[in-house]
Amino acid sequence: MATLGAYGSSDGDGHAVRQRIKIASFIALGLALIIFFRLYTLQVKEYSRYQTLSLGNHIRLQALAPVRGLILDRHGTVLAQNTAVYTLQVIPEKISNMGAMLEEVSQVVALSADEIKAFKRRVSRRPGFEKQLLKSRLTDEQAAKFAVNEYRFPGVTLEAMLHRDYPRGELTAHFLGYVGRISERDQTRLDPAAYQGVTHTGKLGIERQYEQELLGKPGFEEVEIDAHGRTLRTINRERAIPGDNLSLTIDIELQQVAREALGSRRGAVVAMDPSTGEVLVMASSPSFDPNLFVDGIDQKTYSALRDLKDKPLLNRALYGRYAPGSTIKPLFGEAAVKVGINPNERIFCPGWYMLPDSTRQYRCWKKTGHGAVDLHAAIEQSCDVYFYEMGKRLGITQMAEVLTQFGLGRQSGVDLPDEPSGLVPTAEWKRSSRKEPWYPGEDLITAIGQGYLMTTPLQLARVAALLANRGQSIQPRLLLQKEDALSGQARDQASMTEITDTALGVDPEGMERVIKAMTAVMSSPRGTARLSGQRSAYSIAGKTGTAQVVAIAQGEEYDESALREEFRDHALFIAFAPVDDPKIAIAVVVENGGSGAGVAAPIARQVMDRYFIKALKRA
Amino acid sequence: MFLGRSLNLDGPLLIALLALSGLGLVVIFSASGESWDVMTRQGIRLAIAWAVLLAAAQIAPGTLRRFSPHLFAIGVAMLVAVLMFGAVAKGAQRWLDLGVIRFQPSELMKLAVPMMIAWLLTRNRLPPSFTAILLALSLTLIPSGLVVVQPDLGTGIMLAVSGLFVVFLAGIRWRHIFMMLAVVAAVAPYLWSQLNEYQRQRILTLFDPWADPMGTGYQTIQAQIAIGSAGVWGKGWLQGSQSHLEFIPERSTDFIFAVFAEEFGLIGVVMLLVLYLFIVGRCLVMAYHTRETYSRLMIGGLALTFFFYLFVNLGMVSGILPIVGVPLPLISYGGTSMLTLMAAFGLVMGLHARRRLMT
Repeated sequence: MATLGAYGSSDGDGHAVRQRIKIASFIALGLALIIFFRLYTLQVKEYSRYQTLSLGNHIRLQALAPVRGLILDRHGTVLAQNTAVYTLQVIPEKISNMGAMLEEVSQVVALSADEIKAFKRRVSRRPGFEKQLLKSRLTDEQAAKFAVNEYRFPGVTLEAMLHRDYPRGELTAHFLGYVGRISERDQTRLDPAAYQGVTHTGKLGIERQYEQELLGKPGFEEVEIDAHGRTLRTINRERAIPGDNLSLTIDIELQQVAREALGSRRGAVVAMDPSTGEVLVMASSPSFDPNLFVDGIDQKTYSALRDLKDKPLLNRALYGRYAPGSTIKPLFGEAAVKVGINPNERIFCPGWYMLPDSTRQYRCWKKTGHGAVDLHAAIEQSCDVYFYEMGKRLGITQMAEVLTQFGLGRQSGVDLPDEPSGLVPTAEWKRSSRKEPWYPGEDLITAIGQGYLMTTPLQLARVAALLANRGQSIQPRLLLQKEDALSGQARDQASMTEITDTALGVDPEGMERVIKAMTAVMSSPRGTARLSGQRSAYSIAGKTGTAQVVAIAQGEEYDESALREEFRDHALFIAFAPVDDPKIAIAVVVENGGSGAGVAAPIARQVMDRYFIKALKRA
Repeated sequence: MFLGRSLNLDGPLLIALLALSGLGLVVIFSASGESWDVMTRQGIRLAIAWAVLLAAAQIAPGTLRRFSPHLFAIGVAMLVAVLMFGAVAKGAQRWLDLGVIRFQPSELMKLAVPMMIAWLLTRNRLPPSFTAILLALSLTLIPSGLVVVQPDLGTGIMLAVSGLFVVFLAGIRWRHIFMMLAVVAAVAPYLWSQLNEYQRQRILTLFDPWADPMGTGYQTIQAQIAIGSAGVWGKGWLQGSQSHLEFIPERSTDFIFAVFAEEFGLIGVVMLLVLYLFIVGRCLVMAYHTRETYSRLMIGGLALTFFFYLFVNLGMVSGILPIVGVPLPLISYGGTSMLTLMAAFGLVMGLHARRRLMT
């Protein structure tokens, strides 16, 4: 049996297997006969039918790509459009000597090394009969020059194409996203029939989110061709249906103000109408030119953009993750009132806080202390010690509850792809993901918006909006309306976004107290953002925040000038205005900006000022 | 054939394969729109494939058998790796980038699956027990499932079938076969619901391509026109209007048979069928004459799989099977499947040539 073990048993099994081989042979022969009869039917019995079809087969179907919908801002400014450009297209299998062709073409129309490289890469990856782009965006002069010489280059054609163009460039890059050539990865998720003749698809942002609406429906053209495949005439044409035009909730003028206010700093501004959730501003800095991506960005430029320390490709407004710092103190204030803590109770702030049975000191940002503060003063002056005490009393479970209630740690449902949820830590979360228990000290740092808590600027803007609404929930969105491009008729709105209008279970008294304190932040002589609130024609409720990026050791001082820039605190600010009839809610984050009051609040003020000036002008 | 024998080759099979390779180049030239470039590339691939065949024929049967489970395990691991960080080409993750070369593990599995199943079933006496069959089926379904989710339905089915053929040859009882068929019939509605929209459309189109002549039925109809309009004698080499006016989609890859049939007619088609059947038949004869069960199962399994490829491709091009991207073996443009097939024929020849050395 040893030898059998090595090579498998031999003759005993042989007969059965041989039997099976015989059976298999017969089955195979049978199947081959089926194929033969099928071919016989086609080629002999139905020959004349197919011959007629073949002879009459001079009609070729050509797809007509639909025109992509325009994207406008809320006042009708064009943010994405289609412009006609000339391109050079090559059918590789019709070129006998590729090198010579490129050489000769470049004498007529200059070709860059990158263009040639990208072209060669596409040619090597696709079958030879497929048309490939050699050069896009020829100038009128280049196009004219090539047209005169076109006869010299069989297989190379000059074609006019509609090209996606973003006139506001980097101002809209992040929320709008961009279209790019349909990649092989895209092909897995796209329906080939819907994309006949279409070369580009939305890759990010609104362009991706509303791809279906923007795309339209391809048409086709039946053309008669001669025996050499040349087009003789068009027999029938079914027009392509252009995609819908989209109006966004964004106000591009405000966006511009926010962008300029951010300047060269890294950060984000999100503003929305608290009553509807319409996002007015979604700015992220630094930015990039989306037009670079439309025809496929070359590797060098792309790597340079991607690897920049400032990460211009990142939409910080949606994907940036920041500790909210003191901006969320109002939420804990409201929660404290709700659970029965007396808002008039004064807590003494000596400048630091200590848990019983511990020697660790938790500092207040104000070293000399705030003295005895109640809830109002604690929000107004952003006293950390007061909220350390609240954190201790509320505990993480109740804190997590109010944070979740205000939309943190989960998606807001905004109409942009891949929205992150941020993180609201709980004891269970820490146990399962970090394998560690929740420490009482972590209650304290969570209460001042530090620690594991992670929020996005969009979430913070929504927090501001929910405060403005006194707890009425809204879903942020960027789409204002869809419009049939041919008739100009607005499409049914109901199906677009469902606006959730559930009231959060907030405590009305706590809410009013907190809002009053937030008003004091902007207007009282001790308010942390009084400089940004002064001489305002409208009332503002705001809250500053300063989020630590690096831990400062016990007994050590935070000295901004001594820290490398990337370790400096993030500056945050949330606000809404006017206090009694809120029209705008805003969140500003400036990375490593230092203090929320000094850096973030003035940016918000500039945006809000412009908003109200515009509103006045319209009125 | 003294040289052939010392290299573990098989004369008749070798000649038939040579004839098929040559014919393939002739058809490629026409299907590519007379592109020397495409033909040269295909020629280079063929040369490499032949080198692989020669090398594969030198592998000793004992070695092959011993390393069957190892190869299978490596293959499955690579399939998992492909899903996790594989490169994407033509819309599916099939490639593994090893730095120097890009590698398609599903191709390796086309050999590793029959090897594994043959190894498994020959560990005990045949016919295999019910447990052994269940084990063999599960082992077959792992790689084929991994390939289906890439997604590559065609190759996934091929992998499953290559394992099933070995199980069949090993003498699975008929009642077990009927049981399996019953199970398949029971889960078919579920599988249908799992298919992509375009995959369902392909199957539905089969029953009535003219329902959507400009859409999903286009490929099938144009291919049938090409084949049917050729008649008995064909339109002549390079004269096929359907292919040269680019009515046939994927004319140098999956639908190359339509180009061949249009230009060479029923005569050419019959000759091609005979050539293919000779290759399959010769392999089955070799399996019959091999003494040792592992070799017999391997040769037989590979031969039947090869035939199945042929059947599925011809069936889909002539419009009696749904379109599942399966190339025409050894003729369609593209290198990977050719390499695997030639390696398989190398193994077949090697196993057969040393059938006497084993006992």
